[in-house]
Amino acid sequence: MSIRLSTGGRFLNRARPVRFSFNGQRLPGFLGDTLASALLANDQMMVGRSFKYHRARGVVASGSEEPNALVNLGSGNRHEPNQRATTTALFDGLEATSQNHWPSLEFDIGVVNNALMRFLPAGFYYKMFIHPRSFWKHIYEPFIRQSAGLGKAPAPEDQDPDTYEHFYSFVDVLVVGGGVAGLQAALSAAQSGVKVMVIEQSAHWGGRAPVDGGTIDGMDPDAWVEKTLNTLKSMPNVTVHTRLMGAGVYDHGYALAYERLSDHDPDKGGVRHRLWRIRAARIIAATGALERPLSFAGNDLPGVMLASAVRDYVVNYATAPGQSTVVVTNNDDAYRTAIVLKNAGLDVPAIIDARPEGGGALMEEARGLGIRIETGRGIARVRGLRRVVSVQLCEQDGDGAVLEDIPCDAVAMSGGWSPVVHLWSHCGGKLNWNEAGAFFAPDPDRAPTDQTGAPFVYCAGNANGAMDLKTVLQDAVEQSQNVIGSLGCESGDASVPSVAQTQEAPLLPVWLMPAQAPKALRSKAWLDYQNDVKVSDVQLAAQEGFESVEHTKRYTTLGMATDQGKLSNINGLATLSKALGEDIPAVGTTTFRPPYTPISMGAIAGEARGALFQPVRKTPLHDWHEAHGAVWEPVGQWRRPYCFRRDGESTQDAVNREITATRASLGLLDASTLGKIVVKGPDAGRFLDMMYTNMMSTLPVGKCRYGLMCSENGFLSDDGVVARIDDQTWLCHTTTGGADRIHAHMEEWLQTEWWEWKVWTANLTEQYAQIAVVGPQARTVLETLGGLDVSKEALPFMHWVDGTLGGLPVRVYRISFSGELSYEIATPASHGRALWDRLLEAGAAFDATPYGTEALHVMRAEKGFIMIGDETDGTVIPQDLGLHWAISKKKDDFLGKRAQQRTHMTDPDRWKLVGLETLDGSVLPDGAYAVAEGRNANGQRNTEGRVTSTYHSPTLGRGIAMGLVHRGPDRMGEVIRFARDDGETMIEARIVNPVFFDPDGEKQNV
Amino acid sequence: MKNHYSAFAVAREALRNHTGWQRAWRRAQPKARYDVIIVGAGGHGLATAYYLGKRFGITNVAVLEKGWLGGGNTGRNTTIIRSNYLQDPSAAIYEKSRSLYETLSQDLNYNVMFSPRGVMMLAQTEHEVRGYQRTAHANALQGVKTEFISPRQVKELCPIIRLDGPRYPVLGALWQERGGTARHDAVAWGYARACSDMGMDIIQQCEVTGVRSEGGRVVGVDTTKGAIGCDKLGIVVAGHSGVMAEKAGFRLPIESVALQALVSEPIKPVMDVVVMANTVHGYMSQSDKGEMVIGGGADGYNNYTQRGSFHHVEETVRALIETFPMLSRLKMLRWWGGIVDMTGDRSPILSKTPLEGCFINCGWGTGGFKAIPGSGWGMAELIAKGHSPLTDAFSLDRFREGRFIDESVAAGVAH
Repeated sequence: MSIRLSTGGRFLNRARPVRFSFNGQRLPGFLGDTLASALLANDQMMVGRSFKYHRARGVVASGSEEPNALVNLGSGNRHEPNQRATTTALFDGLEATSQNHWPSLEFDIGVVNNALMRFLPAGFYYKMFIHPRSFWKHIYEPFIRQSAGLGKAPAPEDQDPDTYEHFYSFVDVLVVGGGVAGLQAALSAAQSGVKVMVIEQSAHWGGRAPVDGGTIDGMDPDAWVEKTLNTLKSMPNVTVHTRLMGAGVYDHGYALAYERLSDHDPDKGGVRHRLWRIRAARIIAATGALERPLSFAGNDLPGVMLASAVRDYVVNYATAPGQSTVVVTNNDDAYRTAIVLKNAGLDVPAIIDARPEGGGALMEEARGLGIRIETGRGIARVRGLRRVVSVQLCEQDGDGAVLEDIPCDAVAMSGGWSPVVHLWSHCGGKLNWNEAGAFFAPDPDRAPTDQTGAPFVYCAGNANGAMDLKTVLQDAVEQSQNVIGSLGCESGDASVPSVAQTQEAPLLPVWLMPAQAPKALRSKAWLDYQNDVKVSDVQLAAQEGFESVEHTKRYTTLGMATDQGKLSNINGLATLSKALGEDIPAVGTTTFRPPYTPISMGAIAGEARGALFQPVRKTPLHDWHEAHGAVWEPVGQWRRPYCFRRDGESTQDAVNREITATRASLGLLDASTLGKIVVKGPDAGRFLDMMYTNMMSTLPVGKCRYGLMCSENGFLSDDGVVARIDDQTWLCHTTTGGADRIHAHMEEWLQTEWWEWKVWTANLTEQYAQIAVVGPQARTVLETLGGLDVSKEALPFMHWVDGTLGGLPVRVYRISFSGELSYEIATPASHGRALWDRLLEAGAAFDATPYGTEALHVMRAEKGFIMIGDETDGTVIPQDLGLHWAISKKKDDFLGKRAQQRTHMTDPDRWKLVGLETLDGSVLPDGAYAVAEGRNANGQRNTEGRVTSTYHSPTLGRGIAMGLVHRGPDRMGEVIRFARDDGETMIEARIVNPVFFDPDGEKQNV
Repeated sequence: MKNHYSAFAVAREALRNHTGWQRAWRRAQPKARYDVIIVGAGGHGLATAYYLGKRFGITNVAVLEKGWLGGGNTGRNTTIIRSNYLQDPSAAIYEKSRSLYETLSQDLNYNVMFSPRGVMMLAQTEHEVRGYQRTAHANALQGVKTEFISPRQVKELCPIIRLDGPRYPVLGALWQERGGTARHDAVAWGYARACSDMGMDIIQQCEVTGVRSEGGRVVGVDTTKGAIGCDKLGIVVAGHSGVMAEKAGFRLPIESVALQALVSEPIKPVMDVVVMANTVHGYMSQSDKGEMVIGGGADGYNNYTQRGSFHHVEETVRALIETFPMLSRLKMLRWWGGIVDMTGDRSPILSKTPLEGCFINCGWGTGGFKAIPGSGWGMAELIAKGHSPLTDAFSLDRFREGRFIDESVAAGVAH
């Protein structure tokens, strides 16, 4: 059984006992435990179920590579699925439940899949469930889906109560990994004076060295780590961080790192996760190595663990996964586990070493402790159902004939070590196969390179293939010197600490145990524990022609589990290459993708949630609108009042009232959101002549002109009134949604094509409040405010003037989008509310009525004015809309001119703008199409037009619409048919002039 | 002869330790010449070859692949299938494709797991409401079954959506009940297996290094496995189309950019539909494995790296957490990029080229997976007969004539 030892435990704080619950059972632990160590200490060997066969699963590792021990953590809106027990720090009150079983962990119906295992090999679902077709949707797929997934999903309405944030950092050298390699590399680099940041994913410095033994500069590794860390902390150019994982590396020295601030202590409050976005000139990945399992039958039983993990649990957590542990290995390192177990007073019935000659000094040390050593041997099979009962000894170079049954309750296995090369590979670093160590290591000649072509990621220590303490520290210093040299800095102290360590004998690659294991054993030898991929599955994939490693991965799901193949990839790759009869490097690896381990979506989103997700832009009048019944409509980043609803009014009532009042007397519109871009400079006129279809350079100072902008492809993209402010200055109004886009469009052209032109642009949209004063009484109310002559003679249509109104500084444009007498008054934003209040006050006598966007739309449609986004959709050219008058014939060029000369653009068969009136006065449906006779070659109904804008006009008391119709302007008076959205029911409408109201402009030009 | 796949066959093989399964596709070495060579063994290339054989009896075909088949965008997309497009030519080819997906598992005797779970595109502004109403109208006349549904229906179909987010309320959605997803790799593998079974050669690790022509007509290709002759050549290489076209001596109006996607760790089923939210730029579905599959944005600059950049992922995740608040406590498992080939109007090119006998299929941009069967269907006809009603509108001429097929109006992030 798995127990807590009475003494020891580097990380345990025995003075701080805590209670936690697992599947509802209250259990004890200590502060410093991980959930995994605490579960083991309570003899909870089985912690979950596998994905496909629902097999019993126990803890296998001690770090983030853990594929099995995933739990649902927390409850309510703090519930979180798929948490690794091995990286979950224990705290008082922690609640965890196991995953992927029903009704319970111990009795799981899904285990029927295990019984059917031989019928469910890799890729079985591609070959089944094909007939009958209807069964897929109603029976097969629902069943597959129901059995899919691991953790419990959060409830639909749960809102994460925690907060997240992003930090930004700029350093010369980022060191990822706080083991001895990382610390030594940081120290060497920092001594040259460069800015160094060291990050460590766990809560502890020193990595494996303190567990694995040896001495550095005559000190225990623990003592050396503490001393080195203190030195680093004392240096002003160094920062060090724990619980901060290097997640990804991107171009230009960009690195992502993920900090878990309060997962280990939720009561602490504050930010939960922090995402660091780091720009580093150089990155040193001292990310260590991961131990590989061995592939023997039954290697997935709870109690079969990585040898290093067993050692970690004993040394760091005073937890013994077994009373009697068999060690199985192909290398010397696992002997350390046997020695640690023996020294802790635990039984080690045997060390099974696949190497015919066994190991070196460590073997002798183990033998000296009285441990039985079997060389040239392997495990044929682990016996047990939900935990280990015994192992069956066999010859490694054989077919698994059982020599002896060795009772035990745990197995510590080691198949060698693989460098963690993820960060090296994320941005294109390539790997070499190392024969001696049987692993992929970074190829220094094919490093990820920065914008200058220089390598910017360096691996150091284990991650670089340096596998013992002495070479780790040598490599750390060497790589650090390389980094410093590449930055052009003077290197500091290049001395390497002296190391005393036990020499290790070479490893023997073992990819299958025993070497000639028959199918019955191979189909029980697991490669990927979570996804249930076995040696036989990879062999089947090879047999069926899935020869690329990517094919095999996708066909078998090898390495696609939540550990992303940290334990399984190399073993799977070796199995595949053997099946194909090719070398491992010829088969290659799958791509390493970020993040190194999963990071929370909350951290990715950072602060930008709720009100901070795309913050609402507010005009100076926003609060007034809010207080006066505004029905808000999102428009770009703004919100604009759709209408102002009074007590008892429907939205439609309000819109009708606003229109009627404006046409009868006086309406007020907050037009502040309209884009206002100043274009200035000696070449500004020339520039605007290119941007607009109109001639803007000849516009006299003091006048306004309605302008059109097209894309390079000729399509109408924005419109608005341009005012000439002075000789070198124009103010361009854009649509609300278009302001930022058009400003960027101008800058793109200025910066990439016409960079030598002397033109400057500035987006002043938010600097001004702008209010449209509209209706027959507009002039009267401005005269009431006083300060400016706004008479027809002093300020004619399409002119502007600066001055004061009611004591406020204003610029008044006499323009109209409603067909009424209308002034748009701009004032600095800080005066906006005062101007609005004064207009309301002065206008009270005339029933001054604030109106919203819908009234604006209806009034412009009554006048046949187009609206960008309604009459245009990125496929419409100005000529389609009857706007020829706004396209200068005198200019050599403007954006879109050449495009508009293409054959399809000049085709008389284009759909063109007309007005539409239903015969019965009803309102045409939005987006309806006019149906023509027949069908096209693809069987689709032929069409001859579509509705672009459609409203009820209170002014005319009927439905009005604008639309694009095939040769429309030539077909005035013709009746065409529009389909409702069922495609069948038709509505008849007559083609009419799009100007429905006051066609001669008598109301506007007064 | 290949194995026929069925539950019976799986049971039979189970009883003999699966020793009887043959290769899904033959290992092939190039012959001296073929009637048709398709460059690119992605979904589109393989489907083209498949329908050349199936519809026109042309089976002396080689499909050449630089890497491993299905390893480009076919194997790295978010697997959404829908046909609720606005413009007639788009709706025609995507609906043909969607309808072929309905029976593809049976046609190929390979379970591609087409899952018509329904696709909804959220309308979150008045403008979007009008746009999707227009699409619904167009679809009704195009024979594409869609409808505009209310916020209440949205919530019923997808309970994890928040309707009244602080920024953009859900005002409704365009709903295509028979849209959905499929298993992307299986589509490539199923077509490859069927092509191989018709006697076609699928040659992997065979990079085309040059295009041979005589008198303005294609006569073959140079490859890393030697020169291979052909009567007709189909270039179907997505992100690297510009590179291949250059080898064939013409230029394309194509830009290649990286598009990104990511998945969460797997959770128990919580979402039975595909949701696309274009106002906030994000879309999501849940795979049969339980992962939440999330599509991100495209890089703002041209490149060929299959990596992408973080700020797009950040924007996408932000948007989706606002739309699906429960996402916040899930974790991102894996994030990757693919190279998408974008045209000026964001619609594909299926066309003859200036080189006689050479045809090109590219420009599917961010949404090619859904089009694989339809694209193959039309492209095969184009190669066999010189034109096809499904592809005629997508010719290269349209850029010269200004005859664009622009879908951007219907979808902010086109997919």
